[in-house]
Amino acid sequence: MILVIAEQQNGVLNRASIEAVVAAQQAGGTIKVAVAGAHAAAAAATLAEAAVAEVIVLQAAALDTYTLDGYVAGLAHVIAAEKPEHVFLPHTYQTRDFAPALAVKLGMALVTDCIATRGQGSAFVAVRPMFQGKLCADVAPVGAALITFQIGAVRADALARGAAAAPVREAAISVDAGTIRQKPEAPFREAKAAVDLTQAERIVSVGRGIKDQEKIELARQLAAALGAELGASRPICDAGWLPMDRQVGSSGQTVAPKLYLALGISGAIQHLVGMKGARTIVAINKDAEAPIFEVADYGIVADLFEVVPAMLKELQP
Amino acid sequence: MKIAVCIKQVPARDWQPRVNDERTWVRDQDASFELNEPDAYALEEGLRLKEKHGGDVVVCSAGPARVAQALREALARGADRAIHVEDDSLARADAFAIGGALASAMKDEQFDVVLTGLQSDDQGFAQTGVVLAAMLGMPSATIIMEVDASQAGAVRVKRELEGGWFQFVTLPLPAVLTIQSGINQLRYATLKGIMAAKKKEIRKVAAPADAVSRQTIVSLYVPEKTKKTEMIGGSAAEAAKELVRRLRDEARVIS
Repeated sequence: MILVIAEQQNGVLNRASIEAVVAAQQAGGTIKVAVAGAHAAAAAATLAEAAVAEVIVLQAAALDTYTLDGYVAGLAHVIAAEKPEHVFLPHTYQTRDFAPALAVKLGMALVTDCIATRGQGSAFVAVRPMFQGKLCADVAPVGAALITFQIGAVRADALARGAAAAPVREAAISVDAGTIRQKPEAPFREAKAAVDLTQAERIVSVGRGIKDQEKIELARQLAAALGAELGASRPICDAGWLPMDRQVGSSGQTVAPKLYLALGISGAIQHLVGMKGARTIVAINKDAEAPIFEVADYGIVADLFEVVPAMLKELQP
Repeated sequence: MKIAVCIKQVPARDWQPRVNDERTWVRDQDASFELNEPDAYALEEGLRLKEKHGGDVVVCSAGPARVAQALREALARGADRAIHVEDDSLARADAFAIGGALASAMKDEQFDVVLTGLQSDDQGFAQTGVVLAAMLGMPSATIIMEVDASQAGAVRVKRELEGGWFQFVTLPLPAVLTIQSGINQLRYATLKGIMAAKKKEIRKVAAPADAVSRQTIVSLYVPEKTKKTEMIGGSAAEAAKELVRRLRDEARVIS
């Protein structure tokens, strides 16, 4: 049996949780799904529509708001009771916060950021990228494992639905709020984003290859000529060359424009997650081995400082 | 304030990894190594905490002999001393083995706060900080964008959530924090720092026997391409012209 730990907010599941259920369906066998937090019952009703054996709602007031210690205590309880062969989770920031502590507590292996699993029993392996996505590894965990899935690695719309709704069971769990050491405050957003890249039809994005803050002007000109918004990879925003709301990737925006043109972006996995859904991807990079070419429809291995001015000339009315 | 910063030495970002003959690891004898970039932000944050609140910064790493170079670099940037858990097997170890090795060397040091990067550029587990916290019995918080240690016995941190959301969380000390890249502006070693680092202590510790990995790489390979990429060659002018033509006529994404 595979136990999936789903993640929800205000009763709404995130897409990554659905993907984790799909990954479990693809792995085969019996599937149960556990979900916790305030309004978990609403999310459980959605989960029950999937072809799964059971949905378990963790009932404990101490789990209404996410905390690492609370989730580790609550989920350890469920895993000990259910004894799954493996536990599947979405590789979200929340999972990254608690899963390593849960694995230590249970003495289980934790294989993170996986894109697929293969085989059964002792032949089971999880497939994960390594070295910034330049290589892939088949990883065999020792015994029962927690496996987290990279966002977008499987398609949420491939979810198999059940003929009838799966049973939903409420599991009363005792979690002592006094043992929770993290005291969280309410989540908030920074000042309203000036640009919404998720709505852009075209995006010209710059990465480390731009080398110099002043050179961003060249990308800005290309964006203007193409009718595109300007985006960036994390290092550019970290350096303060462009504001954070221009950042595409797992810690910034996830975008799906008609055209995504990557200038000097190597394609670290955290960036690819945020843009690989674009319809047409163009990569211009000096390094022929850059992982960005793996997801590109059109690639040019060349100096962007030569290609972009030539494109501007070509795009002149 | 006694501050620990855990760092990893990883192959340089621009190194193109090649798989070894057994297809279980990379040919790292061909690699050049550098300080894992996310850990550099953790080190910088540690140095800033020391500047604000006083105390010591102890930089810790678990890995083979080559790791001493990364520790020396951290000492040159301003760390006071270093702990090196040295063992060749740690070069490929998982987060449990690394966490166990670090925990055994750090448990008697009475650190107030332990910082590390949120993940490494090589294996990218994004686990070691939290594993270490669990093994040391300390609370932890991850992907931290701001650290406020002005209250006694506690730390208030700003966690980055997804999609532009943030959250403040308060933890009792001692605690482990994994630091998000970009939290600060990095300093680099000065000549004076490099000279001073030569006199600073690097304490070597043997890895504990029970620090074993819970996962093994059975096969390592270059990922299969899922998309057919049309590579456009020629001079810059020719390539630019051809690309614009294809975007207009073939992909029809520009007018």
